[in-house]
Amino acid sequence: MNQPHLTLFEKIWRQHVIASAGEFDLLWVDRHFVHEGSFHAFDKLDSSGRPLAYPELTIGIADHYVPSNLARLNDDPEVAGMIRLLEDNTARHQLTYLGLGHGDRGIVHVAAPELGLTLPGLIIVCGDSHTTTHGAFGALAMGIGATEVAHVLATQTLWQRRPKTMRIHVDGKLGAGVTAKDLALHIIHQIGTGGATGHAVEYTGPAVAALSMDARMTLCNMTIEAGARVGMVAPDDTTYAWLRDAPQAPKAEGLAQAERHWRTLYSDPEAHYDKAVTVDASAVAPRITWGTSPEQSIAVDEPFSPNDSEATRSSLDYMGLSVDRPILGLAIDQVFIGSCTNSRLSDLRDAARILDGGTVKVPTLIVAGSNRVKAQAEAEGLAEIFRTAGARWGESGCSMCVAMNGDSVAPGQRCASTSNRNFPGRQGPGARTHLMSPAMAAAAALNGTIVDVRQFAAGANA
Amino acid sequence: MKPVTQVVSPALLLLDANIDTDQIIPARFLRKPRSSGYHHYLLYDARYDMQGQPRSSSPIPESQEGAKIVLAGHNIGCGSSREGAVYAFVDYSIQVIISTKIADIFRNNAIRNGLLPIMLDQAQFDTLVAYCQTHPHADLTVDLQACEIRWETDSCLAFEIDDGSRERLLKGIDDIQSTLEWEQKIDVFAKHYLAERPWVVPGST
Repeated sequence: MNQPHLTLFEKIWRQHVIASAGEFDLLWVDRHFVHEGSFHAFDKLDSSGRPLAYPELTIGIADHYVPSNLARLNDDPEVAGMIRLLEDNTARHQLTYLGLGHGDRGIVHVAAPELGLTLPGLIIVCGDSHTTTHGAFGALAMGIGATEVAHVLATQTLWQRRPKTMRIHVDGKLGAGVTAKDLALHIIHQIGTGGATGHAVEYTGPAVAALSMDARMTLCNMTIEAGARVGMVAPDDTTYAWLRDAPQAPKAEGLAQAERHWRTLYSDPEAHYDKAVTVDASAVAPRITWGTSPEQSIAVDEPFSPNDSEATRSSLDYMGLSVDRPILGLAIDQVFIGSCTNSRLSDLRDAARILDGGTVKVPTLIVAGSNRVKAQAEAEGLAEIFRTAGARWGESGCSMCVAMNGDSVAPGQRCASTSNRNFPGRQGPGARTHLMSPAMAAAAALNGTIVDVRQFAAGANA
Repeated sequence: MKPVTQVVSPALLLLDANIDTDQIIPARFLRKPRSSGYHHYLLYDARYDMQGQPRSSSPIPESQEGAKIVLAGHNIGCGSSREGAVYAFVDYSIQVIISTKIADIFRNNAIRNGLLPIMLDQAQFDTLVAYCQTHPHADLTVDLQACEIRWETDSCLAFEIDDGSRERLLKGIDDIQSTLEWEQKIDVFAKHYLAERPWVVPGST
């Protein structure tokens, strides 16, 4: 009998099926990350009376509630309590825990990949929708809810219905000053915020192969904003080079054995996808969101003329905008550079290149994705550039992306942000968020307005 | 988990598209314990102004008026995986969410918490909305046994749901307890799998 032609996603899924019942498969889970928000799940586990099945495969990391100024930890006892709760739950179940003082701590989706906890071919889950990020390594990684988290804690398995497959093929080459963030916003604009719902996405094509691991993580991270729980890139030499340097990735004979397996993880040439989309990378420009959904974005050099609909009117109303008011040149009140989308070293380097020698015109908060990124940014002088420019340099964590740690955007204030969601209230009640790349956000900080970073880079700091 | 078999009630209409889970329950309430109920936080920023006073434009009544069914706009529940969004609906006594698209993680969370997610095509959905708009207090009957939505004496439409989700909801299955039946299979799988791929365990090599 001929071997079936399988996609990368189908290969990994099949390797993890323990049993099936109806449309649900019982999947083995290789890696599980918990954070402060996982307390509901620990409560459920405890009330089930079950022990934690495989403590060596679950890692606890504090990220959502970590204040960007650690000295203010006890200002809000509820915030401090959330971190303590995670500390207690991980200690009681004897899990590896990366807590406040730990040099390896960071946002789960930044810290785990840099430590080598994220590996190709694994099924990775976490009670956080941006778990899609880990798909950049050719892992099958998905966000789950608290009841599912409890199930993984108790059994190391998960009942799931297999999603359909979707290929997003990116031809051509991204232009100068155009990043993976712009590509992600471009794709979401093209297919819509529900365009990949029910599907597992695989990114293919020369423009994807050319991306660094940092950039692939940004792209996979934003996949959930198109509705897909899984976004992945097949592992290649770029991936293996990263893993050779990652401290907790397999070493020596283990690495050789692992790599033999990883090299089988690609979509067969004749594999069938349920849906396929092609994108031309050379047509992607730096993008900004103008509305309250990640699909509502425009290229920075494009005239602002959204469709007239009720959704458009309600977004414009919330954002304090009108169609006769262009986005380019729009005054902003503050800037946030950080989040699991854009807080890695290359993101901070992009921002520093723009900020070097300048002074920010609006309050600017820059938060590294992890303590390792933070230390490296300090060692290579990026943090000094940020401070000299007048930006605030915070403790690593989720920070102002989700506004749980005390950092938020005040009602009616307009924030240029490198995060992933411009939903109403996401950065605080009444906050107005414009999503963009780190370089675009840095340029906005120096100008106090939205500018085209490509023109800015040519003129400003020459 | 409370089983869902048949739900009879008027419907609440939340027809905006893309009502994300940040809007359903703002992040600042996720630290709250479940014990005092999450219904207070449902659509909080749309219900209350910055001073905590009820807004006249609130999309839902201040106190529950008996609706157990929500007709929601396209792509309800997109965004964050927070199960608190499902708790907020459930604690507000909602048992059924009907839409033309329901986001994947929200849907998964719903079937594990006794909230029946139903996806209809646009024409079916529009029919229901039109009826509920002209008869705001009239009951709909959602019957999960028969996979039907009925209204008046003779109107009915069929909906589809996969068997696994249907069974979980009909029986109120607790996944952790039911997975215990598979424990031996899991152990055998784990033993083989980890022997074949020891490098999966962090720090093993």
